[in-house]
Amino acid sequence: MEDIIVCEGLNKYYSGVHALKDLSLKIKKDSVVGLIGDNGAGKSTLIKILSGAHQPDSGHIYFEGNKVKFKSTKEAMNLGIETIYQYSALIPEMSIARNIFIGREQTQYNVGNFGLMKTKTMQDDAMKALTDVELHLRSPDTPVNQLSGGERQGVVIARAMYFKSKVLILDEPTNHLSVKETNKVLRFVEGLKSQGVTSIFITHNLSHVYPIADHLCVMARGEKIADLDKKETTIDHLTDLLVNG
Amino acid sequence: MSKNFSLRSLLVRPEVATFLMFLAIMIGFYIANERFLDARNIRIVMGITPEYIIVAIGIAILMISGEFDLSVGSVFALVPMTIVQMVHQGIPPWFAIFLGLMIGIIVGFVNGFITLRFGIPSFIATLGMLYIARSLTTVATAGFPPPFPHILPNELFVYQFELFRASLYWALLVAVVLGVMLHRSNVGNWIYATGGDQNAASSMGIKTGNVKMFCFILCGFLAGFAGMIQTFRLEAPLPSQGYLLELESIAAAVIGGVSLFGGIGTVFGAVIGAILIRFLESGIIMARIDAEWFRAGLGSLIIIAVVFNTYISRRATRIGQNKAKD
Repeated sequence: MEDIIVCEGLNKYYSGVHALKDLSLKIKKDSVVGLIGDNGAGKSTLIKILSGAHQPDSGHIYFEGNKVKFKSTKEAMNLGIETIYQYSALIPEMSIARNIFIGREQTQYNVGNFGLMKTKTMQDDAMKALTDVELHLRSPDTPVNQLSGGERQGVVIARAMYFKSKVLILDEPTNHLSVKETNKVLRFVEGLKSQGVTSIFITHNLSHVYPIADHLCVMARGEKIADLDKKETTIDHLTDLLVNG
Repeated sequence: MSKNFSLRSLLVRPEVATFLMFLAIMIGFYIANERFLDARNIRIVMGITPEYIIVAIGIAILMISGEFDLSVGSVFALVPMTIVQMVHQGIPPWFAIFLGLMIGIIVGFVNGFITLRFGIPSFIATLGMLYIARSLTTVATAGFPPPFPHILPNELFVYQFELFRASLYWALLVAVVLGVMLHRSNVGNWIYATGGDQNAASSMGIKTGNVKMFCFILCGFLAGFAGMIQTFRLEAPLPSQGYLLELESIAAAVIGGVSLFGGIGTVFGAVIGAILIRFLESGIIMARIDAEWFRAGLGSLIIIAVVFNTYISRRATRIGQNKAKD
């Protein structure tokens, strides 16, 4: 299978701290990659670089075979790399429909980048997007702060699906969720594969990602210390790597 | 059941609560003195209200984006004062109006620039501007309030029709245009997103700095425009004009359901909030209560409005979460 993302020799310093050390990584298309590591292992730095939020100090990124350099998250999003951060990238007081279309509103009567929102179309499409990830909510006008944690992650995933993301980066999507809600999110992620979406699942909780991952990558102290197919490894081996580095 | 729910979701909208409060106050003062609602009193109150509506809308939109502007009262005086002085210097009236309104825009820009560039609270940046702009206004009067130049086209903005002044139609125009912008356009969506959660908004690719800057500029422009209308109505440019207006317009926005923390509020709420304050003032006078009670009434109203809004928004969240569990 072809690689959708290839990183070569990425380095990143934050005011003298070497946060990412010569990291190379290949991510296969339509797979679920578990990126695991303890706090401070460099996972967040890697995601920020892949999502375009930060730029590497050296090294290259190839996306679908082409060398890319993201100056902003918008640029990465335009290519189809969507990142779902630890803090939910939703505005609590705004409706589901408005949240799904933040920054990418469907508009008419446009003057430059500005226009009036097609409210009805946005509501209908929002409902469709939710149904596509098996999330059945009452109304697209419900404010997001009335949803449970798992439902919120579902909305974010539905948003990424709606905008035809090719790669979905999930930063600790199961943090602070109950067991039931966690399972819901894991089901959403598992469903992405069959829809042609590659996901990178970042977590420090191995038991969350292990059941659904095809490939696992362990990081410690800014370095990649293991990069294994699930077939080649066991949960015990990975736990050992995580604990002992 | 679904009808039931939509009624409940209507009641939990803060601006609806404000509207109910508005009705209660109108009825209360009408009972105290029925001349409160006769044409003469409505003409008086609605003659001065449009200026406050326009400022309140600017403040409300800026607050929804998550920032404050304490300098609106000073800009409210500075803009018309410079227009008048420029006309006295021989600048053509319309060009003077244009330059004057540009000053409102520039003050808004400076407020936004200082706040965003140096990452300081807008409360402080605009508190500084409150003093600076007021001081400039006094300096511009050159020690003595200048006479009003009657070549200025003030009738266009304040002409007294049968019941309402032209300024009310200007205020309605501002309310409709900005209401559509805030509630129907993509820019409005960005403003709510920026004020609701700036990190989330920028991670979705919204240029939150630009959004806030736009709101600062809009607020400065509207404050200057409203101040110009007041001077045109009074036909006297006073350096003290708009004194304490910044607090009153924040009060109007808050009474109208705008959140101090950003992300919540409507143009309609700000309009009702501004009207409510002016009728409260008039009602207290008409009910032959000592006019000094106005501030106490306004203060109580602010507290009641915010307590009430906090209570119902908590309730709404609880209802929603129970529903989600069903």
